[in-house]
Amino acid sequence: MSGFWRQAAAVARRDLTGEVRTGEVLLVTAPFGAIALLLIPMAVGTDAPLLARIGPGMYWVVVLLFGVLVALRRSAAEGRPQRELVGLLGLDPAARFAGQALANGALLAVFAAVLGPVAVALYDPALRGWEWVPLLMPLTVAGLALLATVAGWLTAALDSGPTLVPLLVAPLAVPLLLGATQVLEGLRLGEPILGWLMLLVAVDLALAVAGVLGARPLEEAAR
Amino acid sequence: MTSPVVELRDVGVRIGDVPVLRNLDLTVGAGEAVGLHGANGSGKSTLLRVLATLAVPSAGRGRVLGADLASGERFAVRPRIGLVGHEPGLYPELTLAENLGFVARVRGVPAAAAAAALEQVGLARASHRRAAACSHGMQRRAEFARVLLADPDLLLLDEAHAGLDPAAADLVALLTKRARDRGGAAVLVSHDQSRVADVVDRSYELAGGRLAPVSG
Repeated sequence: MSGFWRQAAAVARRDLTGEVRTGEVLLVTAPFGAIALLLIPMAVGTDAPLLARIGPGMYWVVVLLFGVLVALRRSAAEGRPQRELVGLLGLDPAARFAGQALANGALLAVFAAVLGPVAVALYDPALRGWEWVPLLMPLTVAGLALLATVAGWLTAALDSGPTLVPLLVAPLAVPLLLGATQVLEGLRLGEPILGWLMLLVAVDLALAVAGVLGARPLEEAAR
Repeated sequence: MTSPVVELRDVGVRIGDVPVLRNLDLTVGAGEAVGLHGANGSGKSTLLRVLATLAVPSAGRGRVLGADLASGERFAVRPRIGLVGHEPGLYPELTLAENLGFVARVRGVPAAAAAAALEQVGLARASHRRAAACSHGMQRRAEFARVLLADPDLLLLDEAHAGLDPAAADLVALLTKRARDRGGAAVLVSHDQSRVADVVDRSYELAGGRLAPVSG
């Protein structure tokens, strides 16, 4: 394993070990996400066709809001002493970014997997083209994980911290949300989805490149 | 002639509008250990951050381990610097063994070295305890284990003896000796000069953002 990926794996392992200890995703956030999915039908009424239509969108909105919040918290969880010490360990900032994004991706994948059956049960979205889901899920989860990691690093680097960061990252969340929901909508209506999948790939790549290239200046700004 | 490990010339640091360090000169040669003393808020920790390349001087120039502090050269020498700050750098939800294991994996050092370092600082039996559940003194020992694992050329200890029992205080002397013996240097910050007097070659008092040698 190269030095970069060895370091990224070490960071991912550290973050996931911390998550296993605190249980923030499975024990705290996932139940809240499930409750949010449950409350939406109560708010819009028992219009089954309407629920089936909005279900995929609601699912991704909940995954975005709750999942990204968890991932963002974990990315920003390191205090200044820890950030300074990892710098002195010779940890490549880009590898640190990659490792945190990998850990966030794993957390979001678990979160999305737990809420998926809940959304299907509550909204009965009558999906077609399930064979595309194994492609859609990783693309969307990867994008959200990268977005949350970038947001976490911005939180650490900017004095304004958590207040301003959601406003900065919200525009980046829109194409991810749009791509994920429109792929499912396209599958339901039998319309082409390739363009939406390519949008997800493009956003993932843009976030990954921005994160890796921006890691060093953001890390220095966070000191 | 060997170039100094630390060489600061006319260095100033401002935090916001406040000048914390002013016109500061400091040279620490290979094999030397230096003590820094001063009252709370005198800028001791800021000076250590400059030496650790974590803060860039706003005036003057400096080199640490040959790297210009104002250029990207400083990133390359960071792995050769060992810093124990006054705030613990451990991950509280991880055990001591996991904390040290993380350091070993990042540096590409065998996991056995992490266990050996914990044993050397007397924490072998507590290695599976979470850092958050450890006393300040134990966390300090674990930080020393991290430094042992890194074996730095420049050792920086902030309030080196804070919260340590006499046995752990011997570790400060051990770490300093190791850095000196390998041709490196050590800078020990303490508000109490007498605690580090036996370990260092000379001491400086930091007051009003300026350094002054301490005689005797």
